[in-house]
Amino acid sequence: MGYDRLEIKSILSLLGCPAVLKENDLKDGSPFMEVQLSSETAAKALMQRTVLSKRLYELWGEGSNLLEVKEQIKQLPKDSVEPYTNECSSFRIVVETFNKKLSTSDKIKRIEQLTEPGSVFCGQINLSQPDNSFHLLEFYHFEGTSQPANKPSKVYFGRWVSDGQRDRIRQYHLQNRHFIANTSMDACLSMVMANLAQVKDNDFVLDPFVGSGSLLVASAHYGAYVAGTDIDYLLLHARAKPSRAKQKARSRDESVRSNLKQYGFESKYIDVLVADASRHKMWREGCHFDAIVTDPPYGIRESAAKIVNVKDSEVKSTDECAQRYPQKAQYQLGDIFKDLLNFAAKFLRRGGRLVYWLPIYKPDYHESNIPQHPCLEVESNCEQPLSTTISRRLITMVKTEDYTNNGEQEEPQASIPVDHYECETFRQKYFRAVESEASATKGGGSTREESVDS
Amino acid sequence: MKLITHNMLTSNIIKGVTKGFPLIIAPTKVEVKEVDFNPDFVNKMLTKIDYPALYQAANSVGHGEGLPEQLGDDVKDNTDLLKALHNAMLQVEVIEGDLVCPESGRKFPIANGIPNMLLLENEVET
Repeated sequence: MGYDRLEIKSILSLLGCPAVLKENDLKDGSPFMEVQLSSETAAKALMQRTVLSKRLYELWGEGSNLLEVKEQIKQLPKDSVEPYTNECSSFRIVVETFNKKLSTSDKIKRIEQLTEPGSVFCGQINLSQPDNSFHLLEFYHFEGTSQPANKPSKVYFGRWVSDGQRDRIRQYHLQNRHFIANTSMDACLSMVMANLAQVKDNDFVLDPFVGSGSLLVASAHYGAYVAGTDIDYLLLHARAKPSRAKQKARSRDESVRSNLKQYGFESKYIDVLVADASRHKMWREGCHFDAIVTDPPYGIRESAAKIVNVKDSEVKSTDECAQRYPQKAQYQLGDIFKDLLNFAAKFLRRGGRLVYWLPIYKPDYHESNIPQHPCLEVESNCEQPLSTTISRRLITMVKTEDYTNNGEQEEPQASIPVDHYECETFRQKYFRAVESEASATKGGGSTREESVDS
Repeated sequence: MKLITHNMLTSNIIKGVTKGFPLIIAPTKVEVKEVDFNPDFVNKMLTKIDYPALYQAANSVGHGEGLPEQLGDDVKDNTDLLKALHNAMLQVEVIEGDLVCPESGRKFPIANGIPNMLLLENEVET
């Protein structure tokens, strides 16, 4: 299932709107999908949240050509059409084509056909500020590199109802973000994640690998109060190396808080803490988050680290006064995800969602690589390819069972049926893939045996 | 660090510590930063917080104004009380100081409003 479909489903389930999504849509490159919704209010509420769906129309007709569509419009019950087409309401018709360009005169011809005397359209045409806007959408199948087909494979006609939230992507673009880190999540994906997590007003959302707080910005946009932790002291205190090219030093006021403030969400900011996400006992038992939305470090551009126990004698500094940086150890990716699931199982409210990215080396990937927990159910799992061999999967899990630990039984634990990273770290797989791609482009020269060590 | 966060933190991450709650606050700088009042959120968080710990924390940093020692059942529609709780949970912030483990005395420094909960390698459990 694609992200667009997942996002719509997740929002509709949050809104409690029963809906039917036509299964075969969004195939063969078609950007259209039919959704049956209970009301226009539901439709508008959906579009108030989605960043992946561009526009929603009330479907008035569909077919393989304009005549079929015209015929269907004629057959529509009068009382469903008349409020929008009567003499008192102005209107316009917009012709949009996909995979093919139409000349203006061709577009006008179509509009004239639709509005010829005897059609349902009785109002005045008003191109700039119509009371109602109608769209004729033509989809042309595009076969490989050949020319688009002469005839459209699908024609839709609909009344415009609402636009989605694509403009938000520009509003929250990282380019204009005060504080960014090396792996800040882009605005669009952050919002998709918040939608998959079903973040809503007055939720309390945590990102245990918060970085510069991109996911918190998106969660705050949907009304949540937000908090985060990160093991990187220097980053949270804006003393890490700047992530922007040409920026020499970070300014003192760069912080997760300033990012929220930038968009007017300062009241939604709870706190960020310098903390090791693998140490769950830092949180009091009984506190619960509505959602955990996070992008754990993969060890490529940000190191994956936790603090491990060593013998007292091996600790380098015991000077109480000095700012100390404990030794961080390489954190196996499999362990990161198991820890994350264990944390979510314990600290999510029942019904709350965990949304996170899982990096994958494609040739080795199998569904059994997805971490599991007895208290959590996989809701969705969607791939985003990053290269020919590397991708990441956006995993959404729902806490379906209460976490119970009555002392006698063993605590329910996360597991990974087949650990993707057991033999090799993701970093090793990643650089092996990068190298083999590089040598393939060089003309398939010698294959290099050694792998880059982390 | 807001007191709502303090209410969720323990020092049970330290090797051997089991009663690391509530952490003692030793502040050197406390500020009150305005946050939009949202009674729904305050009411919601009231079901999750440990009230005695909040009461104690707010008083220990000198901002216990308007907080009763115990919460009655009439909180939900008592706007004055909700505002006092809102202030204690979300507006009072420890900017500089320490969080102190009640069992071991181990200090977690708060700098620029951000607590540092990291432990040294010899302090963590294996």
